[in-house]
Amino acid sequence: MAEEKRKTPKLDELEKGAWPSFVKEIKSAAEKNPMANDLLGQLERSYEEKIGHWKHGGIVGVLGYGGGVIGRYSDLPEEFPNVSHFHTIRINQPAGWFYTSDVLRKLCDIWERHGSGLTNMHGSTGDMIFLGTKTDELEPTFSELTELGFDLGGSGSDVRTPSCCCGKARCEWACYDTMALTYFLTMHYQDELHRPAFPYKWKFKMSGCPNDCVASVARADMSIIGTWRDDIQIDKKAVTEYAESGLNIQRDVVGNCPSKCMEWDGKELKIDNKACVKCMHCINAMPKALAPGKDRGACILIGAKAPIVEGALLSSVLVPFIKLEPPYNELIDLVDKIHEVWSENGKNRERVGEFIQRVGMGNFLEAIGVEPVPEMVAHPRENPYVFYEEYFEEDDEGSGEQEEDK
Amino acid sequence: MAEQVKVEEVSDAMYRLIKDSMGQKKWKATDLTKAVLELFGDRCDKTLAKSAIRELIESGKCIYTYFGGSFIEIPHREGAQN
Ligand code: SF4
Ligand code: SF4
Repeated sequence: MAEEKRKTPKLDELEKGAWPSFVKEIKSAAEKNPMANDLLGQLERSYEEKIGHWKHGGIVGVLGYGGGVIGRYSDLPEEFPNVSHFHTIRINQPAGWFYTSDVLRKLCDIWERHGSGLTNMHGSTGDMIFLGTKTDELEPTFSELTELGFDLGGSGSDVRTPSCCCGKARCEWACYDTMALTYFLTMHYQDELHRPAFPYKWKFKMSGCPNDCVASVARADMSIIGTWRDDIQIDKKAVTEYAESGLNIQRDVVGNCPSKCMEWDGKELKIDNKACVKCMHCINAMPKALAPGKDRGACILIGAKAPIVEGALLSSVLVPFIKLEPPYNELIDLVDKIHEVWSENGKNRERVGEFIQRVGMGNFLEAIGVEPVPEMVAHPRENPYVFYEEYFEEDDEGSGEQEEDK
Repeated sequence: MAEQVKVEEVSDAMYRLIKDSMGQKKWKATDLTKAVLELFGDRCDKTLAKSAIRELIESGKCIYTYFGGSFIEIPHREGAQN
């Protein structure tokens, strides 16, 4: 017998207007899926009472894995029995989010057979998110997903599913192959992705250039952002064309250069490349005339996070420039060293950025064997707490002599 | 160098640690690793501890749980499910 449709006067308000509505989509799923119908009922209740009715976390998962499933239960199971369990499954997305429509249809079919049919494409982690299923359906879903060539993503205190911008697949500004590195890291860290062994989560996010389309600087424990170390490429003819077509180069390009390293005399554009901070502004403003240099690689930054246990952090420079090419040994050695030091000394639920704040950047760098360099100073007058031993030694000797003199 | 202990011995030791402190302490993978390194000294290393955790999980004797962070526990019916 068909389930009675839940009455949702408050949610109905969210269907009005010219924009897409999640209520409309859940209602459409509720036409044939009782889980989606009860979801509407419970959500309406939450809007009435202004409290959530979900309980999170717990012990659900698939055999052998410690991540990929987020347990969720209703605290009103008698009233909304079809969402008494409503677990989320994270599925590792392909690098750059490229799919065929055939695969998308198959994924949706799997989810209609085993869950609510509702998806979130994509979650903030980058994964495909399948919303809402029961504990008994987890293994059958997993088995169909693996048959289609997909695997679960990360959750909990593990390496989260690495994600990247489309990089060289579609974008001429990519300074390294983000998709190749994302695939490599995903495969290399399979154990760490499925078996949580860290104090807390660890996110890798790869952007091909400083435009940082995956916002790695604000979200990833390790942000790997493409950059270059030679000169910006200038096509003089195209610069002239921009000027002739009405672009105010002085005001809109040169005037907005953050390091004031550009000059425009009405005919020729000059860049003092040593002072350029690679912000991408001029390249974005004149894409046909300017391009990143030819000596390309990436900058590795560490420690970003959103506010959860503590406040938000942006990542800061750890390695100013690295050539990122297979087999990526230098990168892996660095990551493994950081994981080792953080796992050994990090507190429960302490992200690596918070760990660095607690122990001090100087101590952290010493522990991972990286030399401090000026690029690590995030802003003027910052005290990075790095003490150079050679100065100490000189000082110590000096004061010793003075002692003896006395 | 001393001869390494067997992976089963390490996973059994981990299991005992978890069982003996059920209800009082939740174990993370890192804590279990530190505990067995202390227990077995140079007869165990991090790679062996990692294999022992894998054995513990894949045998079904223990499972991963998530309560704010990820832990390794003996399967039980959880509060949220009730
Ligand atoms: S981050 Fe840069 S390389 Fe990647 S898609 Fe955006 S603009 Fe292109
Ligand atoms: S990339 Fe940014 S800093 Fe460099 S020249 Fe262009 S606008 Fe100036």
